[in-house]
Amino acid sequence: MSEHEVTLTINGESVTRSVEARTLLVHFIREDLSLTGTHIGCDTTSCGACTVLVCGKPVKSCTMFAVQADGAEVETIESVAVGGALHPLQEGFWEKHGLQCGYCTPGMIMTAKNFLANNPNPTEDEIRRGISGNLCRCTGYNKIVEAIQYAAEKIQADAGGE
Amino acid sequence: MAQLDDRTEHHSELADGVSAQVPTTDEVQIKTPESIGGMGHRKKRKEDPRFLQGKGNYVDDVKLPGMLYMDIVRSPYAHAKINKIDASAALEMDGVLAVITGEDLKAAGDLHWMPTLMSDTQMVLPIDKVVYYAQEVCAVVATSRYIAADAIEQVFVDYEPLDPVVDPFEAMKDEVIVRDDKEQKTNHIWHWEAGDKAATDAVFNDAGTVVKEKFYIPRIHVASIETCGMVANYDKVREHMQIYMTSQAPHAHRTVFALVSGLPEHKIQIISPDIGGGFGGKVPVYPGYVICAVASLVTGKPVKWIEDRSENLQADSFARDYHIEAEMAADKDGKITGLRVKTLSDCGAADAAANPSKFPAGLYSICTGSYDLKAAHVEVDGVYTTKPPGGVAYRCSFRVTEAVHMVERMADIMAHELGEDPADYRLRNFIRPDQFPYTSPTGWEYDSGNYEAALNKAMGMLDYRALRKEQAEKRAKGELMGIGISSFTEVVGAGPSKDYDILGIKMFDSAEIRIHPTGKAMARFGTKSQGQGHETTYAQIVAEELGLPADDIEVEEGDTDTAPYGLGTYASRSTPTAGAAAAMAARKIKAKAKKIAAHLLEVGDDDLEWNVDRFQVKGSPDQAKTIQEIAFAAYTNHPQGMEAGLEAVDYYDPPNLTFPFGSYICVVDIDKGTGEVKVRRFVAIDDCGHIINPLIVEGQIHGGLTMGLAPSLYEEIVYDEHGQNLTGTLADYLLPTAVESPKWELGKTITPSPHHPIGAKGVGESPTVGAPPAIANAVVDALWHLGVRNIDIPITPPKVWKALRDAGVTD
Repeated sequence: MSEHEVTLTINGESVTRSVEARTLLVHFIREDLSLTGTHIGCDTTSCGACTVLVCGKPVKSCTMFAVQADGAEVETIESVAVGGALHPLQEGFWEKHGLQCGYCTPGMIMTAKNFLANNPNPTEDEIRRGISGNLCRCTGYNKIVEAIQYAAEKIQADAGGE
Repeated sequence: MAQLDDRTEHHSELADGVSAQVPTTDEVQIKTPESIGGMGHRKKRKEDPRFLQGKGNYVDDVKLPGMLYMDIVRSPYAHAKINKIDASAALEMDGVLAVITGEDLKAAGDLHWMPTLMSDTQMVLPIDKVVYYAQEVCAVVATSRYIAADAIEQVFVDYEPLDPVVDPFEAMKDEVIVRDDKEQKTNHIWHWEAGDKAATDAVFNDAGTVVKEKFYIPRIHVASIETCGMVANYDKVREHMQIYMTSQAPHAHRTVFALVSGLPEHKIQIISPDIGGGFGGKVPVYPGYVICAVASLVTGKPVKWIEDRSENLQADSFARDYHIEAEMAADKDGKITGLRVKTLSDCGAADAAANPSKFPAGLYSICTGSYDLKAAHVEVDGVYTTKPPGGVAYRCSFRVTEAVHMVERMADIMAHELGEDPADYRLRNFIRPDQFPYTSPTGWEYDSGNYEAALNKAMGMLDYRALRKEQAEKRAKGELMGIGISSFTEVVGAGPSKDYDILGIKMFDSAEIRIHPTGKAMARFGTKSQGQGHETTYAQIVAEELGLPADDIEVEEGDTDTAPYGLGTYASRSTPTAGAAAAMAARKIKAKAKKIAAHLLEVGDDDLEWNVDRFQVKGSPDQAKTIQEIAFAAYTNHPQGMEAGLEAVDYYDPPNLTFPFGSYICVVDIDKGTGEVKVRRFVAIDDCGHIINPLIVEGQIHGGLTMGLAPSLYEEIVYDEHGQNLTGTLADYLLPTAVESPKWELGKTITPSPHHPIGAKGVGESPTVGAPPAIANAVVDALWHLGVRNIDIPITPPKVWKALRDAGVTD
């Protein structure tokens, strides 16, 4: 198996590692970079537990090779709270009880972060469709939807206040 | 024995000691200020900050120095003889350290077989034959996950296919014997009965109306988003085995490991770290766990094994798979009088259900439900097939979902058959509030209930009468709308030690509370949260009892070296057992705290009264000592002759199970062209007794409802005639997404459990149990006038479309 040098930006920090061509991005993140907040749930791009942002776009990192992310900016759940302050999405999930076992939560938040960036004032139906690539087995989704609504309002209010 | 009696007496002193029905209310009781955050507060969860920031610690996050990886070779046949396993090519690969076969396990002390929780046996790795598709055949240990995966492709197994037996009714003919390792050459495992056959026959002989129906409650899978896995770390020098494991019951698993492996129990530490959902799927001991532990013993290094999703769906314990034939009798006034049920339980290749030992069909005999019947008789037979073993709960208390589905469908069929409104029919057949505690015809003592209050509330929330009017108008126009009701009774909190054990270990649970000198506390439990929020709710129970702020109480579970022994978290048992233990341990502490306060205030014990967070002198509340002051004194100024410290342990043996209940109403619209069922509204009234945290209870109900919707409309594990699993990925086995999951409308009544120390009952599974018949009843209600009497779950568009075509409604 051929080895390749991969250089990418992870949560704002540039890293270079040598990896096998077949190394999945999710394994690269979890094992080479020891960022275990990104989870694996299905191996078939169905559940979304492994969602990260690659150049701002949500990607299921179990279905992308690390070498494909060469030169990219990758963001994981570990980057979402800044300076110890929770992101409005994290706040919303906490306030509204949008998580139970927590396993799908990082992927759900990364998907929601991109979703709100594109649609800052969504309807409930748009939120439901927006997160339909991420499976949650615990919550029944109602409180995840409320959490994202909370975040949308908070982000808008914060922007309006500036 | 004297000790046991003493303890029982002590318990009854500490408990409230009421047993009569407590009136139903709908207001959550709050006795502590928000700063303390005791019971009833909508407290945000203490565990959330780590999950929200990617700092949870799940089994696959555990990384130990020098750790190896294990992968498993699995059978491509449902039934086959193994002629030869050739691992030589795999062993020659760089990075491959070992291949472990059944012969190796046999040589290591007959570890190739293990006991199941039902005292049957199950292969860990086979010697000469496989009995289900995806069965573990051998395992490879390598230096990386990728090399292990490569190496399993280099193990060559010579199989000689045998005839599979996939259908349990065929299996009963004994033409193909699944378990020829057994002395008795039959697939029939057990026969079990409950109720009174003669009395039931008599009731049916006198019946005015009898309805009959068959139901298949299909094989499904819990599919928690985290699969199962382990890191086993055997230290040859210390002769110590440390295990990180996706376990809902770490203490029981430690005992099983000790008994199976021969390792002394004090040399085994099981740590169940953060768990990514359980739902019953992390109760059994799977072959992979045992092989992983052996791999670490053999290599002397840490070994990690993490299932992939297909392995999880194809080989881990399934749920349900009950074939039911039911008959219900009503007298000449239409009052339900009797129930007669025969059921075939497809166990797969081993009876590996996760039931209490004395209950091969779990608590299935709760199947008379919320109705006051004269007699009932239930028979269940267990049978082997060449399919994976299992019989776990899928978020329910031991076969209660199957029971509730059957009785709620039957009550609805009876109402329709008699031409009565299904809601009114239920209201006149319910066990009345004044009948509690109520003894059912199959021998359960229901602790409390007020079924009419819950159904009336549900009907009011969605204006039931108006919906019936709308339905009639739509039907006149040829549109298909249905309204389905489920008024279920759950039975949870296993359980009292006289009847409930797992492999002989009684099903108590435990709490240990230590108050530190500065008034902060550590509380440890024998259960293990998998998302239920124990770190918050247990803290709230202790806060309620002792007046310590819930935020000052650290809750720990899951490490067998530190937590008190308990049977774990499943079957909604944590609140009924360990939650009760939390209150009882706190009351023991409070009893000692009172003596310390009396000493500090220089008064007699009897002169003191408790007030939220302090003992105060009766009639002179200014003279008081807070729990924090008392805690400090317990270490610095305790009375002479008294032991220092402020801590207590309680092993709680519940006097009875708890019986949560509820009424759900579902409104569906059916697309005549496609057969698609659309859930328009779903109102859920739950009664779980006193509520510890309304926010968490709502979350549990939402999640449970979606896991009730899932098998009603989408999920089924399907096999072809060769016993091959056709639903081995999440692209084939459909979990509901946010789009399919309806906006649930919740309400509550509160009828406290009279025997539970804090009047709570458990809630995590009620909605999974109650929702499917509400949905199925709604669909059949929409189609009854077309001659449709039943559609088995999952009610997929093709099934509905076929029913519509058969009725001549569509073509």
